[in-house]
Amino acid sequence: MNIPTMASLFAEGKQPEVLFWVGCAGSFDDRAKKITKAFVKILDKAGISFAVLGTEESCTGDPAKRAGNEFLFQMQAMTNIEVLNGYEVKKIVTTCPHCFNTLKNEYPQLGGDYEVVHHTQFLQQLLKEGRIRLQGGSYKGKRVTYHDPCYLGRANGIFEAPRKLIAKLDAELVEMKNCRKNGLCCGAGGAQMFKEPEKGNKDVNIERTEQALETQPDIIAAACPFCNTMMTDGVKNKEKEASVKVLDIAELIADAEDL
Amino acid sequence: MQYLPNALFAIALVFGIGYFTKNVKKLIRNIKLGRAAEVKGDKAKRWKNMMRIALGQTKMVVRPIAGLLHIIVYLGFIIINIEVLEIIIDGLLGTHRIFAFLGVFYDVLIGSFEILALLVIVAVVAFWLRRNIIKLQRFIKPEMQGWPKKDGNWILYIELILMFLFLTMNAADYSLQEIGAAHYVKAGAFPVSQLMSPLFEGMSTQALIAVERTAWWLHILGILFFLNYLYFSKHLHIILAFPNTFYGKLEPQGQMSNVDSVTQEVKLMLDPEADPFAATGDDGQEPEKFGASDVMDLNWVQLLNAYTCTECGRCTSECPANQTGKKLSPRKIMMDTRDRLEEVGRNIDANKGKFVPDEKQLLDNYISREELWACTTCNACVEACPVSIDPLSIILDMRRFLVMEQSAAPSDLNNMMNNIENNGAPWPFNQMDRLNWAQENN
Repeated sequence: MNIPTMASLFAEGKQPEVLFWVGCAGSFDDRAKKITKAFVKILDKAGISFAVLGTEESCTGDPAKRAGNEFLFQMQAMTNIEVLNGYEVKKIVTTCPHCFNTLKNEYPQLGGDYEVVHHTQFLQQLLKEGRIRLQGGSYKGKRVTYHDPCYLGRANGIFEAPRKLIAKLDAELVEMKNCRKNGLCCGAGGAQMFKEPEKGNKDVNIERTEQALETQPDIIAAACPFCNTMMTDGVKNKEKEASVKVLDIAELIADAEDL
Repeated sequence: MQYLPNALFAIALVFGIGYFTKNVKKLIRNIKLGRAAEVKGDKAKRWKNMMRIALGQTKMVVRPIAGLLHIIVYLGFIIINIEVLEIIIDGLLGTHRIFAFLGVFYDVLIGSFEILALLVIVAVVAFWLRRNIIKLQRFIKPEMQGWPKKDGNWILYIELILMFLFLTMNAADYSLQEIGAAHYVKAGAFPVSQLMSPLFEGMSTQALIAVERTAWWLHILGILFFLNYLYFSKHLHIILAFPNTFYGKLEPQGQMSNVDSVTQEVKLMLDPEADPFAATGDDGQEPEKFGASDVMDLNWVQLLNAYTCTECGRCTSECPANQTGKKLSPRKIMMDTRDRLEEVGRNIDANKGKFVPDEKQLLDNYISREELWACTTCNACVEACPVSIDPLSIILDMRRFLVMEQSAAPSDLNNMMNNIENNGAPWPFNQMDRLNWAQENN
């Protein structure tokens, strides 16, 4: 894949329409990299001019902040803001709701003011503008349940964009017991992704996976690389990986379009 | 002797309201022990939130059964209290049903108070059953043992007694009106209490007056008692829900405050021009503690939150950590904060207005680290709260203390933070490899 970087475009005196903030998971996690690639394929197909920061990207600081390390968070934030402002970035799209929330809500006060959108919002906008077209053939009749990532849904009120995209795929959207504002966490937020859970009688991702499986889905749709990991682990734990797939909305679309 | 009842009433009123005022002052003093809070902008939106959430009960009805029952008790409480105004005037002036001149309107008022009183009784009984017989999960969690459980029931008993006294008073009054007793003008409609009046059949006028007066006195004394019970109870929410929803967070739930003092230091660290020796606060003041280990480190809105909590437990029942058996309960975070704040308040009272260190703090003595580290910061508790309390902000501030003042994060998190510091990702991957995915085939 040929992925333009901000540095290379800047050198040519060009400015992309949007910066794709890949995030740590999207850059390094084997599962999440597939989401990154699926999203890039859609961007290419739609002819969107975009670029990534590549080696100049660094953690937004979200897990550090939520673990309580405000120093590290602000160090990361200010360093990133310097890079972003250096390239005069106006608009950012990201496939990670944690990066999305941090960039959108916590960077402005520190001098980083950008229009930040989540990839589900971005894709829905493209669809509305007719820049991508979806034929839902391959998902017709499939049961899809959508897991609201906390930092996309409850934290930022984005519930409909991902659901509209699923509807466009002609899939049958089935809701879990806890959805939208009452969505149940996958267990990864607040830096939990990086530590062992406290003692309890169950892991949060198992609880959430059980809720998802109750809807008897063919696919559990996610919109966050961390939720994806947690739900995938949950499905494996329940030995359902043969019949239930955990896929990002971007993957669903890329797949429907045979990209 | 003629004015003895008036005098006794005035004394009861002065004591009742006086003691309450004293405790309100204490409440305000305690809340002000908190740090300054940034209450940003848009007053109109804040008023709207208060009207919608506190007055309009919009978040209560998210759970329809509890919501409906609560609205009945809430409306009953507010509307029946119009009657208290008349009772106070009557008590002070020695009059009886001074608003009777309102005629039909008065009948409608008293009649609707009675119907509401009956509905309140039904709702209160339902609430009691939910707590004591059905034993709803959220009412029997560990933090509800002891006083909180008793407190919850006490409130219901008091409300029940007040409603019965109100109806008994009216029933006796109705009977007295029927037999044309002097002083008891024909006024009011008694759709509920007249059903009770057969109980009084055959009683002498004297006895009826005794019943009416006793119920009247116990009712108003009961109200004064209840008013003063508030400060010692979770029931304080009937007042504090209003300011609390006003000061509730307006930003998106995911947005967590950036600590300003940290911003200053980070700017200094990143600025190559900065003179590290120039700005070392030589004003003799101790640098502000990062995060919170005790209630004085929290801001006053967080302390107001703690006093406002009515321990309904909706937060805890929505908490993913609590649902999966972890120790964390957002309700307990709020209850602990209030208990500790009360302890600090008592300490100040006992030491002539100055807090004397008691070798205790909110962290460890009340809230354990295990609870704090179990939080996923998912905001389910914040969303669930019917009165805009934010338990998550307290959890975050306490984590900040643990990490920035004590370097006491779990070791896994220290690894994660080291990784971010060294290579800009929570995992040990090299920043120079960030674009490698583009070269890999699937």
